[in-house]
Amino acid sequence: MLSLILILIASAFFTGIILRVKSMASGRKGPGLFQPVKDVARLFKKGVVYSETTSFVFQIAPTIYFSSVVMAMLVVPFGQSKGFVSFNGDFIFFAYVLALGKFFSIISAMDTGSSFEGMGASREALYSMFAEPAFFILMGSLALLTGHTSFQEIFAALHIGSYISYALAILGTFVLMMVAMVENSRMPIDDPKTHLELTMVHEVMILDNSGFDLGLILTAGYLKFAIYGALVVNLFIGVFPYQYSIPMFFVIQIVLATGVGLIESFMARFRMSHNAQFIFVLTSVSLLIFFGVLMILGKFA
Amino acid sequence: MIYTTIVNNQTIPVADIPEVSYKEFFGLNTGFLTNSPERHCVNYFGYPAGKQIKLICCIADDHTHEIAVSSCRVTASDSLDSFTASNFSFEKFEREIHENFGIGYNDHPWLKPVRYAHNRADQTKTIANYPFFAIESDELHEVGVGPIHAGIIEPGHFRFICNGEQILHLEIQLGYQHRGIEQQFLEKKKLLQRATIAESIAGDTVVGHTTAFSHLWESLCGYQVSRDIEFSRTIALELERMAVHTGDLSAVCTDIAYQLGSSVFGRLRTPIINFMQEWGGNRLSKGLIRPASNPSPFTPELAHRLAEILDIFEPDFLEMNEQLFSLPSTLSRFERTGVVSHDDVLSIGTVGMAARMSGLNRDIRSSHPFSLYPELNHEPIIKHHGDVYSRVQIRKAEVKQSMQYIRNLIQNVPKISENGPVFKSPKHNSFTLSLVEGWRGEICHCAITDEKGELILYKVKDPSFHNWLALALSVRNNEISDFPICNKSFNLSYSGHDL
Repeated sequence: MLSLILILIASAFFTGIILRVKSMASGRKGPGLFQPVKDVARLFKKGVVYSETTSFVFQIAPTIYFSSVVMAMLVVPFGQSKGFVSFNGDFIFFAYVLALGKFFSIISAMDTGSSFEGMGASREALYSMFAEPAFFILMGSLALLTGHTSFQEIFAALHIGSYISYALAILGTFVLMMVAMVENSRMPIDDPKTHLELTMVHEVMILDNSGFDLGLILTAGYLKFAIYGALVVNLFIGVFPYQYSIPMFFVIQIVLATGVGLIESFMARFRMSHNAQFIFVLTSVSLLIFFGVLMILGKFA
Repeated sequence: MIYTTIVNNQTIPVADIPEVSYKEFFGLNTGFLTNSPERHCVNYFGYPAGKQIKLICCIADDHTHEIAVSSCRVTASDSLDSFTASNFSFEKFEREIHENFGIGYNDHPWLKPVRYAHNRADQTKTIANYPFFAIESDELHEVGVGPIHAGIIEPGHFRFICNGEQILHLEIQLGYQHRGIEQQFLEKKKLLQRATIAESIAGDTVVGHTTAFSHLWESLCGYQVSRDIEFSRTIALELERMAVHTGDLSAVCTDIAYQLGSSVFGRLRTPIINFMQEWGGNRLSKGLIRPASNPSPFTPELAHRLAEILDIFEPDFLEMNEQLFSLPSTLSRFERTGVVSHDDVLSIGTVGMAARMSGLNRDIRSSHPFSLYPELNHEPIIKHHGDVYSRVQIRKAEVKQSMQYIRNLIQNVPKISENGPVFKSPKHNSFTLSLVEGWRGEICHCAITDEKGELILYKVKDPSFHNWLALALSVRNNEISDFPICNKSFNLSYSGHDL
């Protein structure tokens, strides 16, 4: 329950911080921290326009996408405190409920029949496919290390062990953050600010969505970022008491958001063909973690 | 002699242009360009002469600094051998002649419409039934972009044939912006009206086109312009080059999502165009240049202001370039993206930056100098890879060069001549050609007057006319997501093409 509340709070300012950092880095004052939330609130008041070429898939997809993210959010724990639900193998549930949402957003993009959205959908599918092994090898290694298969038990057990587990946590942070960038279509994979349909990945898929539906999709995006942030936090807080771990949660979330903002300000995005290569590298980092775990467990003779 | 030679901005009687048979005309002009990279066609057009069509072809020679002009009479029902079959650089010109007069060509690859002139010969050809190139295949897909775009740009339709993410072919369909500029020049009789039309040919090349019009008009009427007027024009041309190049660098950075470059170059463009406002009252230089007069003289005070502005501009500009060209993520987007080979730019006859990016020296400032350029001894900046990187580097180097020229020029601001303009009317039965190197490349204006001195033809050629084809070639075999950056690195004009 605690994790749910913390994630909701973090999601309210995470995107705001990114935008603010980007503005400040380019010499502008920038919008307020809660502008993204206000934007969504405005969208929720609006009606929806549906293109005549779309079918019911296009209409239900944003809702399914949003609820998939909410369901994923429910299983994320906070240190000792369990998530809203917790069961053995919930990290697999987490990954595939997100994938279900993504599947619907992809077919709803195809449903519009626009050539742009088809391209975006194909790119999104490709990148998610490459990001999946990275996530599973990472979580699988941690499960192997701790001997548990639910998020809460894995993270609670993680701190016990040598300093090498902190080294693994740092590698894990890298992988999780990069998966979050892929999942949320941020730089250097995708440019959320661009107006050029031909270069977009996620943005082009939601070109036809409007009003309430668009609000749902954007909210899901904010939540997703905070969810991945919460996973990263979990790698570190372990059994710290709440008076330390809750401030740590916000500090780490703010550091991550600032980092994303700085990356987006001071580098150019990748060439589209380099993206697949880059995402694949995450899998190899996950494999490093896997070998690290094998070493800790003494599986090598 | 089956042709006559003129220099830039020279007026000659129309009767001095020899009229030859089409066979000779064909052999002469295609012969000029065979194995001669120093020559290119600056304009080739037709105009009605009685019941016939008179074709005039102007081939510029960069070594002799002369322009060979020849002419020929044909009738609309003729079916001719096309120049294009032996040299691709005539392709657009012949399509235009075909569109305007219905002259047939036997061996032209594809006589597609160019810009749908309102008085075109075949009114059944419309923008809606443009004959696109298509490839029948289950594996390829077509992506159509425009004519309405997401950004604030002009209308144009781009049709890609792609194999997955890879572009096999791009076809660019223009004509949405056609306003009948050339016809307007004939219908509007007042000089001010005409100068205003010249300013509106392409909104980003106001100085370039207005200077070309002014030179042409002055030559046609026999004005000798004082030094201060030419001085203003030279400064204005170089400032326009600086402003647009800096803006383009910003736009290229935006397209690769490099926020720092985008905002810094965007900011750097502002002081330059604000100076134009201070000088002439308009940030886009409208109203600054007029034939035979100097509405906003360049004073020593302005020179002082400009020197200050450049002193602040330069360090920031250089530092940002240092950053931009040392960042791996930007270089990886620039290098080997959108390559057009030297052979290709030569055969399609590109001009300006689109030629210099690939080792083809085409710069009117050095080959057919005008205004104060003969004194500046301009050395064109040439790059050799023909990719986005070359085009971006040319922009950087040209801004630096322009700064140098401006600094040299404002050392000696000429005294403003007191003589007000004396009204003169154009010479009768004359032909004039004016070439100007705008920031984008060579601008060519031609005019012909009748026995009363009235304009019977005004012909405008913007550098975009040829260069659009270079863009179409550059994106072949590139990823479709690299199209925007290729497009921005050329930054061609829609209205300059559509007229």
